[in-house]
Formats: sequence, structure tokens, C-alpha cells
Amino acid sequence: MRYAKRGRLRFTSHRDISRAVERAVRRAGIPVAYSAGFSPHPKISYAGAAPTGVASEAEYLEIGVSRPCDPRRVRDDLDASLPPGLDVLDVVEARDGNLADRLECSTWELRLPGADPAEAERAVKEFLAADRVEVERLTKKGMRRFDARQAVRSLAVVEDRGIPAGQETVQPCVILRMVVRHETPAVRPDDVLMGLRLVAGFAPPSPAAVTRLAQGPLDAMTGEPADPFAFDRAGGDR
Amino acid sequence: MSVESLFPRLEPLLPKVQKPIQYVGGELNSTVKDWDEATVRWALMYPDAYEVGLPNQGVQILYEILNELPETLAERTYAVWPDLEALMRSEGVPQFTVDSHRPVRAFDILGVSFATELGYTNLLTALDLAGIPLEAADRTDEDPIVLAGGHAAFNPEPIADFLDAAVLGDGEQIVIAISEVLREWKAEGSPGGRDELLMRLASSGGVYVPKFYDVEYHPDGRIKRVVPNRDGVPARVFKHTVMDLDEWPYPKKPLVPLAETVHERFSVEIFRGCTRGCRFCQAGMITRPVRERSITTIGDMVEAGIKESGFSEVGLLSLSSADHSEIADITKGLADRYEGSQIGLSLPSTRVDAFNIDLANELSRNGRRSGLTFAPEGGSERMRKVINKMVTEEDLIRTVTTAYSNGWRQVKLYFMCGLPTEEDEDVLGIADLAKKVIKAGREATGSRDIRCTVSIGGFVPKPHTPFQWAAQCDHETVDRRLRALRDALRSDKEYGRAIGYRYHDGKPSIVEGLLSRGDRRVGKVIRAVWEDGGRFDGWSEHFSFERWMAAAERALADEPVDVDWYTTRERDEHEVLPWDHLDAGLDREWLWQDWQDALNTVEVEDCRWSPCYDCGVCPTMGTEIQIGPTGRKLLPLTVI
Repeated sequence: MRYAKRGRLRFTSHRDISRAVERAVRRAGIPVAYSAGFSPHPKISYAGAAPTGVASEAEYLEIGVSRPCDPRRVRDDLDASLPPGLDVLDVVEARDGNLADRLECSTWELRLPGADPAEAERAVKEFLAADRVEVERLTKKGMRRFDARQAVRSLAVVEDRGIPAGQETVQPCVILRMVVRHETPAVRPDDVLMGLRLVAGFAPPSPAAVTRLAQGPLDAMTGEPADPFAFDRAGGDR
Repeated sequence: MSVESLFPRLEPLLPKVQKPIQYVGGELNSTVKDWDEATVRWALMYPDAYEVGLPNQGVQILYEILNELPETLAERTYAVWPDLEALMRSEGVPQFTVDSHRPVRAFDILGVSFATELGYTNLLTALDLAGIPLEAADRTDEDPIVLAGGHAAFNPEPIADFLDAAVLGDGEQIVIAISEVLREWKAEGSPGGRDELLMRLASSGGVYVPKFYDVEYHPDGRIKRVVPNRDGVPARVFKHTVMDLDEWPYPKKPLVPLAETVHERFSVEIFRGCTRGCRFCQAGMITRPVRERSITTIGDMVEAGIKESGFSEVGLLSLSSADHSEIADITKGLADRYEGSQIGLSLPSTRVDAFNIDLANELSRNGRRSGLTFAPEGGSERMRKVINKMVTEEDLIRTVTTAYSNGWRQVKLYFMCGLPTEEDEDVLGIADLAKKVIKAGREATGSRDIRCTVSIGGFVPKPHTPFQWAAQCDHETVDRRLRALRDALRSDKEYGRAIGYRYHDGKPSIVEGLLSRGDRRVGKVIRAVWEDGGRFDGWSEHFSFERWMAAAERALADEPVDVDWYTTRERDEHEVLPWDHLDAGLDREWLWQDWQDALNTVEVEDCRWSPCYDCGVCPTMGTEIQIGPTGRKLLPLTVI
């Protein structure tokens, strides 16, 4: 299942979403399978959730069901049961193989209100010209140093083409668009922002509004994520 | 005049705070009504963090009832954590409702539900952030009426200066009546400003307006009298009692948050009130008489609530859930209905003597075994007679043996420390009791793999109870006894490792005692604590006993009273108590007699199954006990 996390609901944490999905599944009457054992849990697995505060048009999860279900019906029923802002976009019947493995990269959009476009252009150029850009982030294991450059497949300043779905704050802003490979340690959009500051002193005046636009296997031709469901859909319409 | 959403100004602050989802609203079943189409607008506040406040039944019930009324809307607001408070101050964002992020000051009424006195400082934060003057006397027609409810409102005197009004008792009907008074007054063009509105509310007899009453003191600090200071204001204000809970089946549509909260379940109140007569229990005294919800209404509410919420646990709430006259049929009927559906049942309050094997089996039918907590409250037979907790050691052993034999490996036992007449050996008796529990459990199961946890807190004397005259035990004595109990439990080689021990130290109880039995002079202490940074006093990481004591010393410097005077001092029969003009229906002479009975270890039976003992509530309030059995059963749900 592909779903979106939009608008105010971008402030949900991964745990918030999993609780909401479990309840929505029950309300929607989807025959979810449960794990065996003393304290059975619904079989729902989440692949690489976007961080709290980051919106997304491309989040993925898998639901184990105890009998065959019509994917279109699951999409409609579950969407109706989830709060507005957690929106089910696409449901397919999974074939063999691991969905999480197919999510190789993400396209991110960063909106930077009040930032200077020329400075952004210059910073992007310097960042792309570098081989390595060491950044630091506080993780659960303490402060960690890692390279934010190699995972970045593309990075560009793009033209403002209006307001993305669900965004409520309207301000003139610089927009960065990037494709980042999922690696360990994960390079997040804010790591790239820190990289821009380190290489070119680029410091936007207010926090970035970040949206994940797509996730999937990296298409070598386009340099963009392809549809991760292509494999499942190729199984033919039943 | 429309009021704009503050969300665009709040949104940039949210990435900088912990758990931002708690501030965005949008819960399932929340309601956003059109601002301009309403004439009566309520902001309902639970003065604690969202994770505690959201599940609160009282707020959810009133929210739903008010939003069902035409021309009326209700939105919710909660205490913001200090990280957001600091940002709101620096960015000038006022206190907001989570439903549509409107400024609290734009509402007609700010209704605050006080389950505990430890929310008082959070009230001041919310008022201040809202731009509402802290003292009622400084407010203008542009400010909402600040109205308190909840159990702590049975003595609102410590916060009287900050309140415009308070209501006692069940809120369902009085919020509708208040809305109607407000609507009429607005329709007439708001004659006489807020003073006339308050006068209309006060003269109805069901709303307490503190500023219409003067408190006079004796030179030694005791209260001389509390009297109305204008005509048309009643000398006494009475509590409200909803009769026939089947007519008020709320919440119908429980709020389901995205954020994690303290209770993740659908709760149904299966009855209200309790007449067991435990003398320490304010809830039992002020919510009389017992009014049961019928088995069929409970079944309907659970069915609809599960469907509306998607929760997987159902809590059957009341002050003593196993006392419902048809509890066996309710639990069996629900367990039958939800067999195999992963829906668990829990009874959050179960009396030691009302638990039995059938109940144990129904609660564990769906595979889940929620924790079992029993509350003997007192460690010795004598102590339990003083507090009228009519539970014997045999009852407790029989009950825990049932639980252990039916697969529970752990039970929790709750006690209090610092009860009137308590001696060291009463508390040490808890250790003996816990050992007997483990011994009986090992014998019943043939296994050493069983545990019990002793949980113990400090006793706080509460208004409208027989212990309202009692001296609160000082925190040094409470702490000494708690340590002695810990040592007695830990030093036991045979049983010590099977017994867990959790306790709360005695200092917070002293502050709770000050706020519980305080009068209007305590308001200065609350304000001083708040000005010194006091917030979230119910949270141990935020609470500071030293701050409270220092503030009390400063604020009460010119008064003949101090913290000890309010807490550890015993009152005599004829002293005017700060809440004597607020009537819970309890006959004062009966309360005093019950206090004397406590000192003489004389017990009182429950009036549900023995003759009336004249506590006074039913004749005073025009109410009666409403209990089953109805003889009805829950039928299987029809699958469509």
C-alpha cells in the first residue's frame, strides 16, 4: 500500500501512524492476519517511514490478510477510515519478494521560505562539485559523522510551481529537489541542508518544509525512483 | 466577527517542540463547527498535558453534548509543555484550541475540568498565554467566563480569585442550562455586561460565583463565615446529579487521537456513584447515589464505540466496577460478543471482595490478561475498620488465590500511608499481608513463579468526607513508615524477591493537602508558585516541594496561618470549613458522626444492600439509588 502523509499530519511520528493504521484496519473491517503467541499483533509492516515533521506522498506499508481481498476495496475502505491527511493512494496484491528492498531511493522536495535563490544555486553547485561532504547528526548512539554527498544522486533548485497538496503556509520560497539513495547511515534531507551550509555557508532563515515525493528502485535511465509496485502489477490483473 | 485560525502562526513552531502532533487536533470524531453560526462558544480545558487530558471522559462527554446543541460549539484546549510555552511567548502566539486553533480568549466560556488540584498552576499558564487576566476581578466583557468543574471544584476556594464561576457534580445537564442562560442574555444584547450574566447564573442556584460571597475570618485565622454579598444570591450552592444514565449514553463517538495517550481504550462508565462508604474517598462521597447504566445500554455503547473508534480494549469504568448488579452478565455477554475478535475487556477498579472466578474467566477469554489491581488500602484489620474499607484478610487471600489459580502471575495491591490514627505497625502489617499473598499463591499454583507489587501513596484528607476534619500526617512520618515497610519487605528471604514495592514520597501529598482543604488565602500561594515557574505539578520531574514551601512562606507572611495550619492541624466540629456553603448533599452531622465512628473503629454497611444510614444525599438532592438487576441479557451481535 502506498499512502500519503499530508499537511498537519506530517507531525505524526511513526508510532502514531502505526496506531492509527491498526485502528483504521479494524474500523474498516479488513481481515488482517494476527501473529501467533501470547499477545497477538496485527501483521502490518512499515518500510522506511519519513521522519516526524516531514510530509510524504510516497509512504509504503504491507498488510497481511487472512483471506483474499479486492485491493481497490481495501484502498477505499481504509482511506475512509483513516483521518484526512493520512490518505491511501494505491493498493496492490503483493507478489514474492521484499517491498522494502525495492525502495532504493527517494525524491525529496524542500521548501525554504525567505531563502535567496542565487545563494541556493551557488551552494548546490559547490555541494555537487565536492566528493565528500562530512556532516554531523545527533543519533540515539550520540553524535555521528558521515558523508552526505555520495548518497545524493541529483540535487537542483527548481522553480516554484504553486503550493503542494496540504501545505497551508504560503510564502515566497526557494525549492530544492533531490534524489537520495537509501544507504546506511541514512542521509536525510536535513543532512543535505547541513552539507549546503558547510560547503557554501547557505543558511535559510526558517526551517525547511520537507516532502517526500516518490520512493522506489533507482531507474538508471531517468535517475529517478521508479514505481515499486511495477513488479506486483506485472503479475497480471486477477 | 469571525475569528481566524492561529495555525499558520503555530505551525512554524511545531518542528521545534517535542511530540508536535499533540497540538494539531484532527482527532477522529472531533468536531469543528462554524464559528459564525454559533452564539454560545465553549472552550473546554483539561489542565494537563494532551496525553493525559485527551482520554478524560468528562471532557469528551461535555464536548459531545455541547456540540450537539444548536447555536453552540465546543472546542478543546490542553496545557502546553514548557518548550512550546516558551516559543508561544517569544512569538506572541496565544493559548489555542486544538480543534480549529482559535484563540481561547475569543470564546464565551472557558470551562476547566479539575480532576485534581495539581492542575491549578496549569490553569494560570493557560489564562496568561490566552491574554485573560489571571484575577477574575480584572476581567472585562472581552474575556470569557472562566468556569471550573470536576471533583476538585467541590472546594474551589483556593482558586476562587482566578475563577468567575464553578459548578459541582455531573456536568451533562448544567452545561446545557448555562448555554441557554448565555444564549438568552446575548439575544437580549448582553445587558449589564458580565456582571449581569454571572448574576443570572448565580441566582439559578446551580452555579457558584465566588465573588458574590464574602469570607470573614476570626483573628486566629479560622473562617468566621461565608455569606452572599448581594441580594438574589443563594446562601448555599448545590451539586448536580444526573438521574437515569441510560438517557445520557455519552461518549457515543469517542475521540481517537493520533498521539499516544495514557488510556488507549474505549471506556464506558457502567455506573456512577459509590456507597461503599470508604471514609477517605472523596469520589465516593460526592457522587452519591449509585446510578447504574443498564446492561443493554452498556452493550449498545460498546458496540457503537468499538465501531466508531477501532480501539481493541474496552474499559468498564466506575468507582468499583465489580459492584454492578449485573456485572457477571455484562462481562460474559461482552466476552461472547467479541470472542475471537482481539477485543479485550478490563475493569480498572475491582473490589477485593467482589472479584470471583467467573469474572476472572470472562476477562481473560480473549487471550489477553490485563493487570489486576486490588486496593485493601489499609495494612491492618484495625486500619481498614477506621477507613471503612470492609475487606478482610480472608477476602484478600481468597481473591488473589483465585487470580493466581486462573493464570495471573502478578497482582498489584494498593495501600495508603498516613491514614488517621495510623501507627507504624499498621503500615508494617502490609508486609505481612503481602507475604501471605505470595504464600497462598505458591500453594495454590504449586509454582514459585508468582509475584505481587505493593503500591503505596500518601493519604490526603479531602473536603466533603468524614476525614475533612482530620490532621494530615506530616511527610517526615509518612516517609519514615514507607522506608520501614520497604526494609521489612526487602529483608525477607523467603518472600522478599517475589514482592515489588512502589511508593510515592510524602512531600507532594502535603501540597495536595494544602490545595484540597485550602481557602481563598491559598490563592496567593498558587500564584506565587506559578510566578516562580511552577508548572505541571502532577509530574514528579516538574514538581518542586521547596518552591511550594518557599512561596507559601512569602505569600502567607501577613496571615495568621501557614502550611501546617492547613494540613497537619485537626479541625473541631464547629469550625467553619472553606467549602461549607457548597453542598454535596451530605449531611454535616452525619459526616461528623462517621468521623467519630472511624475513631471508634465502627463500620458502616453499603446502603445498596442494607437500610439507609441517613448520609443525607438522596433527600437533599431529590435523588434515589438506581440499580438493577434488569434481568436482561446481551444477545449476540447480528452480522450484516
